[in-house]
Amino acid sequence: MEEKRVLLRNRGKIDPENAREYIAAGGYEGLKRALNMNGEEIIKELEHAGLRGRGGAGFPTYRKLQFAYGAPGDVKYIVCNADEGEPGTNKDRILLSSDPCSIFEGMAIAGKAVNAHVGFIYLRAEYSYLVPILEAALKTSREANMLGENIQGSGFDFDIKLRSGAGAYVCGEETALFESIEGKRGEPRFRPPFPGIKGLFGKPTVLNNVETLANISVIFQNGWEWFRTLGTENSPGTKLFTVCGNVKRRGVFEFPMGINLKDLIYEVCGGMEEGHELLAVQTGGASGAIINASQIDMTLDIDQVSNSGGRLGCGTILVMDDRNCIIDIVRNNLDFFRGESCGKCTPCREGGTRLYQLITKISQGKGSVKDIDTIQDLAETMRLTALCGLGHSTAVPVLSSIQNFYSCYLRHIDKDYCPVCSEEGE
Amino acid sequence: MSNEEVYSYKTPSSQLVQIAEIASRYKGRPEMLMKVVIQTQKIVTAFSASVAAVIAREMDIPQTQVYSFITFYAMLSVKPRGKYIIRMCKSAPCHVKGAKEIVRALEDLLHIKMGETTEDKRFTLEYCPCLGICEQSPAIMINDRTYVNLTPESVREVVRCYIRDEVE
Repeated sequence: MEEKRVLLRNRGKIDPENAREYIAAGGYEGLKRALNMNGEEIIKELEHAGLRGRGGAGFPTYRKLQFAYGAPGDVKYIVCNADEGEPGTNKDRILLSSDPCSIFEGMAIAGKAVNAHVGFIYLRAEYSYLVPILEAALKTSREANMLGENIQGSGFDFDIKLRSGAGAYVCGEETALFESIEGKRGEPRFRPPFPGIKGLFGKPTVLNNVETLANISVIFQNGWEWFRTLGTENSPGTKLFTVCGNVKRRGVFEFPMGINLKDLIYEVCGGMEEGHELLAVQTGGASGAIINASQIDMTLDIDQVSNSGGRLGCGTILVMDDRNCIIDIVRNNLDFFRGESCGKCTPCREGGTRLYQLITKISQGKGSVKDIDTIQDLAETMRLTALCGLGHSTAVPVLSSIQNFYSCYLRHIDKDYCPVCSEEGE
Repeated sequence: MSNEEVYSYKTPSSQLVQIAEIASRYKGRPEMLMKVVIQTQKIVTAFSASVAAVIAREMDIPQTQVYSFITFYAMLSVKPRGKYIIRMCKSAPCHVKGAKEIVRALEDLLHIKMGETTEDKRFTLEYCPCLGICEQSPAIMINDRTYVNLTPESVREVVRCYIRDEVE
């Protein structure tokens, strides 16, 4: 199966630090077009395109712009969420390192739409080695007058500042990210007010994922009609998938939305390593559902994956073969969440730790079926009462694994020997 | 070490002077705290109470704010750390590709456990959440360099280069 490289069209073909090469490849044409449009027209174009956020939630991008467009105030901000922390995801790293100007272009277009003049890129600390690339690309973009003052003689000013994280998954949550840029602990805020009204520094803010912004550029370069020819009705466009785990060929691949998960695993990635069989797939990262081998004949678009109880999220596909144990994987997920909970709200802080203790108990052969009930109760409480997405999604891998791998839970409760968990000890 | 001792160790005054110079550029701009601490980390590997005090004084913010900020983020620490911080990714994509063997190799080679620092203060071993190099797992990060597709043999080779001081 051939990849459809739209966002990755320049990967390995241009010098990412040199905006002139991006321009020679047709880059910044979308911004030039948007400079001749007013805010309403730009937002209309995105509405027709049907672009939905690529960070995980799949929220319509034009609506975010609409909120900030309609909000009163002279100072507004565009924020690029480059705090790619979801375990198993590194597609934003590929975009940031191979074609950063396409992200700047999307930010500038969004800025033009809502009349914002400053954009921030919040880059996770684990990607600090990308800073020189981004700084060089910003500099050459300014030299080409695609950023800075009076862009292309239009009278519109827009510039971008880099801000760094320091290791906190929760900062991928939008309001936590704002707090972090403001020099505080990255703890999510209560909402409302929503970012479109009161975001960064209390000003109306549009926050988008790296991949979403790169999509804005191609929509304005090629028009919404063209964009609609890719992907599915409800999820137009392409998607970057990070495939990792026990497949022969791992990597970041770009396909139109709606590709079949089974084809992605077997045809694109070559299936399992020799002598092993597929055990499970987790889509959407640590906060995604874990499905079994019989469920992988699935269409990958935002709504279809949601309907099956999981989430497409940021497009992560973690493939696990028969050398793994689901209880061990869920325990690993929960260990992650209990460590990354910011501690602000009780359901997430205490619930995550309790879930981890319960799953550990089961993994050690000391659990009972009552523990599964407790886990389900607790997970549901967290889903309903936690402050932000982190606490809401902690439950997803747990609940989906109970549903799809119930016999595995029973085997551990029955004290059957598990080679993976018995080695874990503790 | 008690919690108090962890925070109250001594930082040489020459380093405090350098840190004061950085922090003073952002007086009255609390939103630049992240930038200040990241630059400070190029001078010291951890934030003692005296470092936090200098930053607070020069930026004109409360010292408790500096402390609360540093203790929130995984890559910042009040506890003293080695010159080289080896971060082992703890997330599932590395876990399913043999992270455990990498950890064992690192602990055996450096004679310390995860979370500890070698006696000569050169190496600290830490777990960290996803490094975002999942399609080349298992992966580690040593200061700001990444090493991927590791095996116990290759990770020993990598760390030996640091032991021998062959890395700039």
